[in-house]
Amino acid sequence: MLVSLFNYWIVIVLMMMGFYIVISHSNLIKKLLGLSIFQASVFIMYISMGKVEGGTAPILEEGIKTYSNPLPHVLILTAIVVGIATVALGLALVVRIHEAYGTIEENEIQEKDNKSC
Amino acid sequence: MLAHAPALTVLVPLLAAPLSLVFVKSRHCWIFCLLVTCASLVLSSLMLGQILDTGTIIYTMGGWPAPWGIEYRVDLLNGFVLLLVSLLGFIVMMAADSSLEKEIDTDKRKFFYSSYLLCLTGMLGITATGDAFNVFVFLEISSLSTYTLIAMGKDRKALWASYQYLIMGTIGATFILIGIGLMYAMTGTLNMHDLSIRLPEVENTRTVFTAFAFFMVGVCLKLALFPLHLWLPNAYTYAPSIVSALIAATATKVAVYVMLRFVFTIFGIEFSFEHMPLQEVLIALGVAGVLTSSIIAIYQTNLKRLAAYSSVAQVGYMIIGFAIGNVTGLTATILHLFNHALMKGALFLAMAGIMYRLGHVEIKNLQGLGRTMPLTMAAFVVGGLSLIGVPLTVGFVSKWYLVLGIIEQGWWLLAVLVLFGSLLALIYIWRVIEIAYFSPPNASTSQVSEAPAMILIPTWILVLGNIYFGIDTDLTVGITSLAAQSLFGVSP
Repeated sequence: MLVSLFNYWIVIVLMMMGFYIVISHSNLIKKLLGLSIFQASVFIMYISMGKVEGGTAPILEEGIKTYSNPLPHVLILTAIVVGIATVALGLALVVRIHEAYGTIEENEIQEKDNKSC
Repeated sequence: MLAHAPALTVLVPLLAAPLSLVFVKSRHCWIFCLLVTCASLVLSSLMLGQILDTGTIIYTMGGWPAPWGIEYRVDLLNGFVLLLVSLLGFIVMMAADSSLEKEIDTDKRKFFYSSYLLCLTGMLGITATGDAFNVFVFLEISSLSTYTLIAMGKDRKALWASYQYLIMGTIGATFILIGIGLMYAMTGTLNMHDLSIRLPEVENTRTVFTAFAFFMVGVCLKLALFPLHLWLPNAYTYAPSIVSALIAATATKVAVYVMLRFVFTIFGIEFSFEHMPLQEVLIALGVAGVLTSSIIAIYQTNLKRLAAYSSVAQVGYMIIGFAIGNVTGLTATILHLFNHALMKGALFLAMAGIMYRLGHVEIKNLQGLGRTMPLTMAAFVVGGLSLIGVPLTVGFVSKWYLVLGIIEQGWWLLAVLVLFGSLLALIYIWRVIEIAYFSPPNASTSQVSEAPAMILIPTWILVLGNIYFGIDTDLTVGITSLAAQSLFGVSP
C-alpha cells in the first residue's frame, strides 16, 4: 500500500505542505511559493495516473505492446504553462505592492490599509 | 460562416486581444474593441437563433471527432449564457472609453482593452466548450486577465485585492483541476458528453466522490458562494468601474453555469442530490449567504462595496433555486443569471458615472445627487428596485419563479427567508436613495453635472432591459424553462 501508491502519498504530502504555506505565512512571496508547490503536487498526480505498469513511451515500435498514456502529460504541459503565468503575474503584483506599500508582509499591509480607512 | 460560429465567438476576441496593442490612440483601440465585442454578440445571437430552430450545435475543432478531438457543444443553456456574456461584454465596452478617461492613464489603456478582450475570451470559452479540461484552461485565461484588470485600479488597495483574488482563485482553479483529473482517472475521457455516459458506471467509488467534492469546492470559490466569497468585495470595490461592471455582470454567472453543467449533465441529478448531500449543503449556504451578506451590505459606507455584498447575496438566490431541485427552481436560477447581469450591469455602470463626476462613491457624500445627476441616479434607482424584486422589473420575475419553485416543494420557511432577504435589499437600497434624494446637495455634489453620454447610454440600455424583460417575459422565460427542462431530461 505504502510502496505501490508511493507517488500518491508524495502528492498528498506536497499538497498539504503547499496549502499550509499559503495559509500560514504572511510573506507574499512565500505564499506564492506555497501556491506553486500546491499546483506541482497536482501535476505529479496527473502524471502518475498516466503511467501504465511496464509500459514505455507511446512510440510505435515492433515488439512493444504496452504504452503509458501520454494524454495526462500533454494536459499537464498546459497546466504548467498556466502555473508559470500565475506565479509570474503574482510576483509582478508583489513588486507593485512593494512599490505602493513599502512592504510585502501581509499583516503590515493590512495595518496600513486600516490606518488609511 | 455560421457553421463555424461556435469557434468564432471565442476566437474573434482571442485574436483581437494582441491586435488591439497595435493601436497608438486609445480611442481607435476602443472602437476596434467595440467592433470585436459586437461581432461576438452577433455570432452568439445567431447561434441562439439556430439552436431554437434546429437544436444543439456540435462543432468539432479541426474536424477531429469527439472524444478524441475537442468539441464545442452549444445547447440552449450555454447558448443563452453565451448571449448574456457577449451582450454584457459589448454594452459595458460602450462605456469604457469615457469612464477610463478618469481612471486609467492613457498609456495603459490599450493593455486594459487587451486584457478585457482576453477576459471575455475566457468566459465565452468556458461556456462554449464541451471538454472538461478546456473549461480549466479557459477559466485560467479569464481569471488571469481579471487579476490584471483589477490591479489597474487607482487605489493601491486594488493591488492587494488583486493579489488576494489571485491566491484564492488559483486554489479554486487547482481544486477544479484535481476534480477533473480524478474523473479522467476513472473514465479515461474528458469530453463532457462522453463523461456523462461513462461516469454512471463507476459512480459508486470513492474516487468519484472525491472528484465531486474537489470540483464543487473549486467552483463555489469561483462563483463566490458564501463563505468562500472573501475575495469578491475587495475585488469589486477597488477595480476600475468598468471592470467591476464587467465581472459583476458576467464572471460569477459563468461559474454558476459551470456548476449547472457539471451537476446536471455530467454527474447527473440523482448522484448529486441523492448520493451526495449537495442539496442540504447548498440550501444552507445559500440562505446563510443571502441573509449575512444582505445584512453586511446595509452597513457599508462605500457604494461599490454595498453592491458587491449584494452580489454575494444574489449568488445565494441562484444557488437556492438550483438546489431545491425542481424545474421551476432551475428556471429561476437560469433566469436570474440573465436578470442579475442586467441589474448589476446597470448599477455598476451608474456607479461608473458617479465615479466619473465625483471621483469616489462614498455613500455619505452623495447628498443631493438625485438633483444634480438625475438620469444616473434614476438608473441606480431602477436597478435597485430590480434588485429588491419590485413588480415590473426583471428582479420580480426571477424571484417569482424562485418562490414558486420553493412552494412546489412545500418548504414554506425557506420561501419566507427568501422574501425576508428582499426586505433587507430594500433597506440597503433605501439608504442610498434617502441620501441622494432627500438631503440637500453639499459643496461637491452641487457642482457636478450629468455623467457623459457614452456612460449614460449603455446604463440606460440596461435599465430599459430591466423594465422590458420585467414586463414581456415570453422570450427569457421561454428559453430558460426549455433549458431547465432539457437539463432535467424532461422533454418539453
